[in-house]
Amino acid sequence: MSTLLDVRNVSKRFTMGGLLSRKTVDAVQDASLSLSAETPEIFTIIGESGSGKTTLARMILGLELPTDGEISFRGKTVSHRVGRQERLEFMANVQPVFQNPFEAFNPLKRIDRYLESTAKRFLKLRHRDDLDAAMDSALQKVGLSIAEVRGRFPHEMSGGQLQRAAIARALIPNPPLLVADEPVSMVDASLRMSIVNLLKSLRDDLRVSVIYITHDLATAYYISNRLIIMQRGRIVEMGDARTVLDNPEHPYSRLLKASVLSTEDAGSGKLITDPGMAERATALIRQPGRLVARPDGRSVRVYERA
Amino acid sequence: MTEDLLKVEGLKAYYQMNYFGVEREVRAVDDITMTIRKNEIYGIAGESSSGKTSFIKVLAAAIRPPMRIVAGSVKYDFKNGPIDVATATPAQIEAVRWRHLSYIMQGSMSVLNPVRRIGRTFEDFARRPLGLSGEAYRARVLNHLERLKLPADVLNAYPHELSGGMRQRVTIGLATVCHPEFVIADEPTTALDVVVQKEVLGLIREIQQDMGSSVVFVTHDMTVHANMADRVGIIYAGRLVEEGPTRQMFFAPKHPYTAHLVASLPRIGDTAQRPALEGRPPSLASPPSGCRFHPRCPLAIDKCKTDVPPLIQVANDHRSACWRWQDVEPLVVPQRHEVMA
Repeated sequence: MSTLLDVRNVSKRFTMGGLLSRKTVDAVQDASLSLSAETPEIFTIIGESGSGKTTLARMILGLELPTDGEISFRGKTVSHRVGRQERLEFMANVQPVFQNPFEAFNPLKRIDRYLESTAKRFLKLRHRDDLDAAMDSALQKVGLSIAEVRGRFPHEMSGGQLQRAAIARALIPNPPLLVADEPVSMVDASLRMSIVNLLKSLRDDLRVSVIYITHDLATAYYISNRLIIMQRGRIVEMGDARTVLDNPEHPYSRLLKASVLSTEDAGSGKLITDPGMAERATALIRQPGRLVARPDGRSVRVYERA
Repeated sequence: MTEDLLKVEGLKAYYQMNYFGVEREVRAVDDITMTIRKNEIYGIAGESSSGKTSFIKVLAAAIRPPMRIVAGSVKYDFKNGPIDVATATPAQIEAVRWRHLSYIMQGSMSVLNPVRRIGRTFEDFARRPLGLSGEAYRARVLNHLERLKLPADVLNAYPHELSGGMRQRVTIGLATVCHPEFVIADEPTTALDVVVQKEVLGLIREIQQDMGSSVVFVTHDMTVHANMADRVGIIYAGRLVEEGPTRQMFFAPKHPYTAHLVASLPRIGDTAQRPALEGRPPSLASPPSGCRFHPRCPLAIDKCKTDVPPLIQVANDHRSACWRWQDVEPLVVPQRHEVMA
């Protein structure tokens, strides 16, 4: 079995301040994960703000270099400075989808310009007809067409359409991997499921793997195959999405699940989380602990008793 | 029957613009009639560009050109006398603002002045409406912070020194320090993650019950409404399409749009395919004829294209604006499953 993406013991430390007042922040500590090339999957990274999930994604995209550890894509190390040619080749294979589609598009340029420049750069197309065909096939995959998009500015489309267009742009070079950083958190409730269902169909029909970053456990449960839960830069639980979310083991994962608002007791106004649960979740935050594999396939971080 | 605090009748608020002789009219709020009772949390749901923000701007008496109230009235019945926002003078509005009518805003980073300490911001907001002098004012603010579970030294902090959850609690503190009778909360938890969100929601509820005030809670997240609101109203394309008690809205919706919103929510423990609503939200500059939901509605018939459905009583305390409300089925039958301990 060959691996598509392999992240090995990656850490990222940010240093803030000058010589005299230096502070360091460990955004990601010792994270490992790997995606297989044969079976496409939706791999979810869950965590609160500040848990390091976006930093991890930026390292996978090559936008940050890890302080320690190594990231390799199809067996080739990508986590070091590379030449322009190599970089372009990598970019054609791993494409990002960002959180806010209104910020991802330049408001002064037409949407098709953005799609076109992606097609020119990664597919090396020159002729009008070839460009149009490439753009149209990518837009068809997300349920849009070139006729709907051509000549329109970002403000003329709804958030859901725009996020679809952003995904279409990412699909132009036919990448085997998409990194989607909270793609639905800025999209309206009625359109959210159309984006989530789209990611699902990308995996099932086009065999694209997706790294889906979110803090929404409900959509994670709905679409992902495997997931990791991060707390303060550390992976605290990792495994099959259903196994982990049906019965989370780490105290932080339990807290997350208990905090998800449910509609089952709509109207009863229950909003109290067991305070002991929050305490247990944060009590061990400073301790490194270690990831231990469980028989049901998941890994959980356990701590030595002091 | 509880008393009403706010009565909105036939409210129409349009954005009227005139650029170089070309007139453009956006009907952001189009004929809304509703009441809000004393001591309740009323949830307003709707997608972006549905007019919900314009509607609460009117409720908050923050009407600025090009928006204008074209028709209707917005009558509050405050302790210091009734007021109609549609006709009130700026001085009258000034007299009720913060003391009686208050607003928790979205995006705590842009509400708090980044170069002022929290204590100064509190002074700007609360000193005058409270009308208290030195010691008494300070005691009141500290007492209030304690209730919000904020340490007293946040008053000396700058906004960037606080976490997102703490900043949001500070903005809730600012809005509630004068014990207002009516609080508007505009997506106060959208930018927060799940754990903090639940904390902040619990806090808003607690404060509301302490003060006995009414809260209008606006968000597009239906799961938040399920846990917060006593009643929920759904706004679609500038109109109120359904309102009713929270439980009925979730388990027996009488409008296809509500039914869809509820059914599309994914849940842990359930992997069944969720339907997505096709089409896009209508433009308020040229809304569809008849029922504005008909182009996206699975139940639409010919009548829906031409005739506007009135908001009628369909059950006790439950109103819906749909010609076919009797045919609306809840798309997902709710089932209770084991809630994790």
